[in-house]
Amino acid sequence: MEFETVIGLEVHAQLKTRTKIFCGCPTTFGAAPNTNVCPVCLGMPGVLPVLNRQVVEYALKMACATNCEVNQFNEFARKNYFYPDLPKGYQVSQFDLPIAEHGWVDIEVDGEARRIGLTRIHMEEDAGKLIHSEREPESYVDLNRAAVPLIEIVSEPDIRTPAQAAAYLKKLHAILRYLDICDGNMQEGSFRCDANISLRPKGREELGTRTELKNMNSFRNVQRALEYEERRQRDILLEGGKVVQQTLLWDPDRNVTNPMRGKEEAHDYRYFPDPDLVPVIIDDEWLERARKSLPELPDERKARFINELGLPEYDAGVMTSARELADYFEAALRDYPQAKKLSNWIMTEMMREFKGEEAAAIASCPVTPVNLASLLGMIEAGKISGKIAKTVMAEMMESGREAEVIVKEKNLIQMSDEGDLTAAVAEIIAASPKQVEQFRAGKGKVMGFFVGQLMKKTRGRANPQLANKLFQQALNED
Amino acid sequence: MRISHDEIRKTAALARLAMSDDEVSDMAGQLDPILGYIAKLNELDTTGVKPANHAIDIHNALREDEVQPSLAQDEALANAPAQNGEAFVVPKVVG
Repeated sequence: MEFETVIGLEVHAQLKTRTKIFCGCPTTFGAAPNTNVCPVCLGMPGVLPVLNRQVVEYALKMACATNCEVNQFNEFARKNYFYPDLPKGYQVSQFDLPIAEHGWVDIEVDGEARRIGLTRIHMEEDAGKLIHSEREPESYVDLNRAAVPLIEIVSEPDIRTPAQAAAYLKKLHAILRYLDICDGNMQEGSFRCDANISLRPKGREELGTRTELKNMNSFRNVQRALEYEERRQRDILLEGGKVVQQTLLWDPDRNVTNPMRGKEEAHDYRYFPDPDLVPVIIDDEWLERARKSLPELPDERKARFINELGLPEYDAGVMTSARELADYFEAALRDYPQAKKLSNWIMTEMMREFKGEEAAAIASCPVTPVNLASLLGMIEAGKISGKIAKTVMAEMMESGREAEVIVKEKNLIQMSDEGDLTAAVAEIIAASPKQVEQFRAGKGKVMGFFVGQLMKKTRGRANPQLANKLFQQALNED
Repeated sequence: MRISHDEIRKTAALARLAMSDDEVSDMAGQLDPILGYIAKLNELDTTGVKPANHAIDIHNALREDEVQPSLAQDEALANAPAQNGEAFVVPKVVG
């Protein structure tokens, strides 16, 4: 039997505000436990939370950037449950009136475009952090993260493959980073994803029983966890079994999902409007301001790179996959205005250093865009060969020094002067009677040997076109 | 009775409270008049009245994104029944 996979994702993105959502405590990551806390976020009795304006601004930007309808009347609700990481006994979230609904983003996997619907985006507060003791039957609660602002972005069950799920996540991640409203750090938990996945016989409308996956802290892990779960469910269904609806944790070390223990209590959140927080009304003017404040987004930038710079679609997609990379590319392009050659170089020589996962890492690369442009300019001007440029690049990545300095210091300038090479050419010909004979017998391939010898003698500095020409001349003359 | 013992047990479980049968009966006796008092509101005719979540008609009470001083760590932990000098200590909740 053939199955169709149905995936929906819930993404929690931490907003890049200076302070928490309802109080002035800082949101800095890595502070000593329980030092970014105050009576409001500790949930002390009698305190009054006041909403951070920036949270609304940021959520609005995301709503506009993902083609959502904005609810102009917003309310906060209490989601009630008891857990030690939740100091108030409820999480302040949005329930029936989220800030945004009915949006979409476009993704592409293997050349196939797909539109993924967004059910909703809402604002909410994060919970604290629990550390479980290995030895004692106790847990330690750090409330620094409690009440840090989040937006939750819920997709429609429009995703059909784990690869699409990864592409969708990367797109959301890129948009958040382009908007500069979330730092997107998955390791530190500022961009988190839960997934719902179910299988149904192909052609059937009704959804199968789903499982929920948690604990996937990289794009790769999301895709691998979903691939594993897809196989697991298919095996169960093919054997006539039933998928059990449950929450599963991804174990990245063993590449399996395991049922989550402990938290499987019946949930009854008893949402009700938070009486401490008054409604937020986003008037037309505010909404318009948010729309106008949007920067150029990944899809628009990609289109511009294709249409105005003439980049192939693939290159444009890679170059715009992270704002930092696109900025880097454009900065280098100012001094080296050859878009295709530049994107080639970045993709082949630089991106592999960043392991593909985080294109944004180019921002911290020791090679500045200006230095990269000057290196490529030297190839263009015939001062160094493409091959030498790669070794210069390796050194630049290591030390961050300028291309010109390295080339001069190591004496790597390409030898393009006939006079500098003719003596060496003659020497090689004299020392290689066998190859000369082969060449004269019509074996043109031997030319590679001659040029190779010359490269050896000149430590790769000989201009290859010139070398070819000189050998042709010398061998045909005699 | 306006609230059943089962409803009380469920509510207690959601609040992670252990209650004996005696306590459940006791609670039922206390909650009943409270719910009766609130139920008085049902006697009002609210046809055509929009639900109001707030007693006062204000909106957009917003704060600028500016850092204010937090508590010192020892102050934050001062009221905790159990703490280890940097974190609140609670019974282990998983595993």
